[in-house]
Amino acid sequence: MAITQQKTLAINGDEAVALAVKQSDVDVVAAYPITPQTIIVERFSEYVADGEVETEFVCTESEHSALTACLAASAMGARTFTASASAGLALMHEILYVTSGCRAPVVMAIVNRALSAPINIHCDHSDSMVERDSGWIQIYAENSQETYDSIIQAFRIAEHLKVLLPIMVCLDAFVLSHTLENVQVLADETVQKFVGLRDVPQVMGHEGREVPFKLDPSNPITMGPLDLYDYYFEHKRQQEEAMKVAPQIIQEVHEEFSQISGRKYGNGLIDAYHLEDADIATVCVGSTAGTTKTVVDRLRKEGVKAGLLRLRTFRPLPLTDIVKTMENVKAVAVMDRSNSFGGHGGPIYHEIRHSLYDSPTHPHVVNYIYGLGGRDMPPAIILNIYKDLQEILKTKRVKRDVQFAGVR
Amino acid sequence: MTTTPWKFTAKEIVEKPELFTSGHRACAGCGPAIALRQIMKATRGPTIVTSATGCMEVVSTIYPYTAWKVPFIHTAFENVAANASGIEAALKVMKRKGRLEHENVDVIAFAGDGGTFDIGIQALSGAAERGHDFLYILYDNEAYMNTGIQRSGGTPHGASTTTSPAGRVIPGKPQYKKPIADIMVAHDIPYVATASISSWQDLLVKTRKGLEIEGPAFMHVFTPCPRGWRYDPSKTIEIARLGVETCIFPLWETIDGEYSLSPQSKILALKPERKKKVTEYLKMQRRFRHLFKPEFKHVIDEIQQMVDKRWNRLLKRCNMTQASQS
Repeated sequence: MAITQQKTLAINGDEAVALAVKQSDVDVVAAYPITPQTIIVERFSEYVADGEVETEFVCTESEHSALTACLAASAMGARTFTASASAGLALMHEILYVTSGCRAPVVMAIVNRALSAPINIHCDHSDSMVERDSGWIQIYAENSQETYDSIIQAFRIAEHLKVLLPIMVCLDAFVLSHTLENVQVLADETVQKFVGLRDVPQVMGHEGREVPFKLDPSNPITMGPLDLYDYYFEHKRQQEEAMKVAPQIIQEVHEEFSQISGRKYGNGLIDAYHLEDADIATVCVGSTAGTTKTVVDRLRKEGVKAGLLRLRTFRPLPLTDIVKTMENVKAVAVMDRSNSFGGHGGPIYHEIRHSLYDSPTHPHVVNYIYGLGGRDMPPAIILNIYKDLQEILKTKRVKRDVQFAGVR
Repeated sequence: MTTTPWKFTAKEIVEKPELFTSGHRACAGCGPAIALRQIMKATRGPTIVTSATGCMEVVSTIYPYTAWKVPFIHTAFENVAANASGIEAALKVMKRKGRLEHENVDVIAFAGDGGTFDIGIQALSGAAERGHDFLYILYDNEAYMNTGIQRSGGTPHGASTTTSPAGRVIPGKPQYKKPIADIMVAHDIPYVATASISSWQDLLVKTRKGLEIEGPAFMHVFTPCPRGWRYDPSKTIEIARLGVETCIFPLWETIDGEYSLSPQSKILALKPERKKKVTEYLKMQRRFRHLFKPEFKHVIDEIQQMVDKRWNRLLKRCNMTQASQS
């Protein structure tokens, strides 16, 4: 495969999502409007109105029904997509678990927005972080280009017969969703060829016959049954096994996509920036990585051995990759755009600290909660975090392990 | 509606393979299980069934067993109409893309009263407004029976449930039953009907109509529950019939919003003397037992008044002459 002809469009992150969905030959899109996700469904409904897609577009009366409709359509063997944010995702909470439990490979764009109360429409990661245990793969994009690329990849990953897990592709509210960016887009045929047609596995049906895993009147099966203590546990274990296979598939799809697009995001799971010889490093997800990279560049010019680890997938957690890339780092600051109230730090902090507990170098790991409700994260604050790390490096002492950055 | 009414013989129905099979775990005398079996006898071809959480889902799909000979999916409690929406949307697009094996596939959504009157009404209203082509079956056993007889919006006035118990002061559920079928008529959907398991031909004919009609169809089926209503399991059909004969649960349908009474209720409009008193129905069920104490007797009068009021309102809607007060 060769890198194909691409067009450069000045579009925002939401429009990039809508375009990627349009090109991915999706059968059913069901959605409900919520800021800052709305542009996705608005653009998509224009494609429908103009006859540019064959997709069945269902404007539901709630996010709960939007995800339910996607789940049921997915059970029919259809390729499905929805998008949400904040309160909408919270309303879907119940069905998130049902979707992954039914092994329905729904793809959803999450435009990360703060949760109420107080009501706030701006960016933080509280909405998707709280859903980290729901059995969905989570990909966090750094920019709109990656958002576009990740949506296309997501269909291939979710629908892979060894995976069959739903995926959230997360992009930061407004910073990405509403900000114009030059996005390179592939031709429709290229994307369609890349995603292909959705396939379903064979499972044991009635009377022990092998049948396709979908609602098919010629081969009836029962989906979503009552499953008690004699089988439930095994089904949950199977979900974990799928999560274990997922990293390899995510990387394969990422690699294959890079061959037609020329674009790569680290190894598909993590994006390590100047970590090879770094003494100090930050860890984050999403668009803050872009700002942080410029800070790292500045520090590097000053001779500071600074680096950045951006997690592209938070679920599955790329634990081995985290340990390996951080093996020479002596002090780590995790930047969390959400908080676990009373939990002593944010969710990414918990997991990075957990990942590095057995690392031979045993680095200091501290946490900064930042940017809640869309509070800006300027280079100056990130620079201060690196300065704190330099201090830790020098004194080998941590004064405060969990702090808030940029709060009054 | 242009389709000619479906004609069938009892023999044909008996010989038609069971799509909701025996071996499920429903209680003896279960009204909803009778309804499901009868309804599945009226299917016309490839059919996909979806169900809300509730008695019928729980008794019919205990993994790795299933009572369903058709494709079946359950996802949650409050969203069965959204399941149907997603299934129907997928059928449409697959047909358009030439990926559907069958010329036509019918979609039936089942839910109990809790899943319809209460927690599922939003998804139902949304699906009705969007006009998805499916048949929604409400099997009404008038309380949350699966969780242990808690009151719902479908529980009748005066009934004792575990969350509206008949106490020393409050005689069972203070509120009246929500007129759910009328709410669905107000959605201006092409077909709405009520049916009772005591009139199985009527139930089958209405099921087939609901499937044949294009767009959303809603059927409210009266399905007594021996456990929750506290009566002998052998009396299920008798009680269902009394519900119709007392006009507590009249049988009617609307085609494009036009009301008409079904035969079993029409006869009561034409011969009001045949309309039975609610007492006959109430006295057979121990959920109403407390109403026969002297201090709560007024509740029986209230029930009779409400039944008469709603019956007369229905007669007006059906352009029938006013029945004399019973």
